[in-house]
Amino acid sequence: MPILVIAEHDKAGLKAATRNTVAAARALDGELHVLVAGADCAGACAATAALEGVSKVLCADAAHYTDQGAENIAALIVSVAGAGGYSHLLAPATTFGKNVMPRVAALLDVAQVSEIVAIDSADTFVRPIYAGNALATVKSSDAVKVITVRTTAFDPVGDGGAASIEPITAGPDLALSTLVSRELTQSERPELGAASVIVSGGRGLGSGENYHAILEPLADTLGAALGASRAAVDAGFVPNDYQVGQTGKIVAPQLYLAIGISGAIQHLAGMKDSKVIVAINKDPEAPIFQIADYGLVADLFDAIPALNAAL
Amino acid sequence: MKILVPVKRVVDYNVKVRVKADQSGVELANVKMAMNPFDEIAIEEAVRMKEAGVASEVVAVSCGVAQCQETLRTAMAIGADRGILVSTDAELQPLAVAKLLKALCDKESPDLIILGKQAIDDDANQTGQMLAALMNLPQATFASKVTVAEGKVSVMREIDGGLETISMHMPAVITTDLRLNEPRYATLPNIMKAKKKPLETVTPDALGVDVAARLTTVKVLEPAGRSAGVMVADVAQLVDKLKNEAKVI
Ligand SMILES: Cc1cc2nc3c(=O)[nH]c(=O)nc-3n(C[C@H](O)[C@H](O)[C@H](O)COP(=O)(O)OP(=O)(O)OC[C@H]3O[C@@H](n4cnc5c(N)ncnc54)[C@H](O)[C@@H]3O)c2cc1C
Repeated sequence: MPILVIAEHDKAGLKAATRNTVAAARALDGELHVLVAGADCAGACAATAALEGVSKVLCADAAHYTDQGAENIAALIVSVAGAGGYSHLLAPATTFGKNVMPRVAALLDVAQVSEIVAIDSADTFVRPIYAGNALATVKSSDAVKVITVRTTAFDPVGDGGAASIEPITAGPDLALSTLVSRELTQSERPELGAASVIVSGGRGLGSGENYHAILEPLADTLGAALGASRAAVDAGFVPNDYQVGQTGKIVAPQLYLAIGISGAIQHLAGMKDSKVIVAINKDPEAPIFQIADYGLVADLFDAIPALNAAL
Repeated sequence: MKILVPVKRVVDYNVKVRVKADQSGVELANVKMAMNPFDEIAIEEAVRMKEAGVASEVVAVSCGVAQCQETLRTAMAIGADRGILVSTDAELQPLAVAKLLKALCDKESPDLIILGKQAIDDDANQTGQMLAALMNLPQATFASKVTVAEGKVSVMREIDGGLETISMHMPAVITTDLRLNEPRYATLPNIMKAKKKPLETVTPDALGVDVAARLTTVKVLEPAGRSAGVMVADVAQLVDKLKNEAKVI
């Protein structure tokens, strides 16, 4: 039976998370189709058709998919799933996928398997529970498996495919909700989820001004994305989308620098799969040092400018 | 306006859970339990709406074992008017909980259902969206601000790229994110008062809901640990390690 991936895109192109999701889907047995639902999304469809391993792109282009609202997109996925006889429906475990997929699962009367990090077989998956302090292997007895994929657990697929693009009829506009406004954080920096280096700051920075003045030059030097602990976001140093952790973004860069972050389990849940972790904290007892590859006990206000100068 | 708030009893967020030696799950015996933090935020929001005169009644619901009554009492100490326990010893998965909640909503007809975005035990992040789907209602997940005006509810949502605001007709389903509010501590007088508030018990059978699990847990393992690395003496040594040992810069 074929497998369906739901693309996350910004109509002109694909979000990086889609590539990881396709990679997970390739670990399953079956022809791989990707659904792109959006308005004026020809660019995203073309980008999807070029993905390695994809054999068909289903393109639902309609004005009422502009906002990517869960109600309309879930209804569309359910009708596509029924018509196509798909065994698995997969989306990235991003705020987009988390919003839409449980709705799909409930409409199909099946369970959802959230944030899988490994695939054991067609019906058995591994997923973290308790902020990643345990890994559960679960087996689904449902006919259709609805899955969200933890992107950091699957290496993204590249280009090289040449899938066909098939326009499909859009579903009805359910008109259940309307988007009033959207404020996306503007940044020249790499996306947190896709960055190979992340400079992350916590409450130890003391203020938003300090956060920017101290961490930005270092992030510039390293070509890094900026992240933060919940405490730093709650205190208003940086916007919400900087938050790394159990309830924020899950990241696994080559290098993660935790600066003025104590290392609460909820924070570790979001970054402990990073390849190399550096912790800089003035408290030698800070729990972050227990998982750091390199720890430096220092005042960050001295250490970070010095580090930047040394690089 | 009536608000229904489902609350889950989970292992307290300060507890570091341990995987059982037989790999059947995590150790729950003698572990401190508490209300799921996101549900506390949901109750707080509903109670604030009542205090602001926007809502007239706040009903807390919990599904699970008898001890969930404590969770309901906590919700009532924060300010919920009454509680409903859907009593069962069965393992409840999100789809089953969503069906139980739908059955209760069919009876109670709330205008808003506010849930936590995820429970910190299974980290599933599903129940609110599933309930909205089963009831064919609009949903606003990951809420960081909720405003009710002229029969509509507008919700600011935390999304990966930033924030968005959506407007919905009611009834509607909302799930809370961390920055929606800071829940109050229940005061002793309110804890005492909560003991006298009505608490009704129903069963999944009485609600006509099949709660059979769809996912079976094959095993639960401890993740590969990360061991502490080395402490460096100064910035120069750190740079040297990153360049020559880890080779990441
Ligand atoms: C349900 C729930 C979900 C949560 N989800 C998340 C999440 O997704 N992500 C997350 O991060 N947290 C999350 N948290 C919060 C988490 O428990 C911690 O409160 C938070 O991570 C602490 O942030 P912090 O390390 O910046 O602050 P603190 O714990 O206050 O640590 C600040 C650190 O800075 C150090 N410091 C201070 N000054 C200096 C200086 N001059 N130089 C060097 N070091 C200095 C201190 O020694 C300290 O270690 C969650 C909590 C709950 C209850």
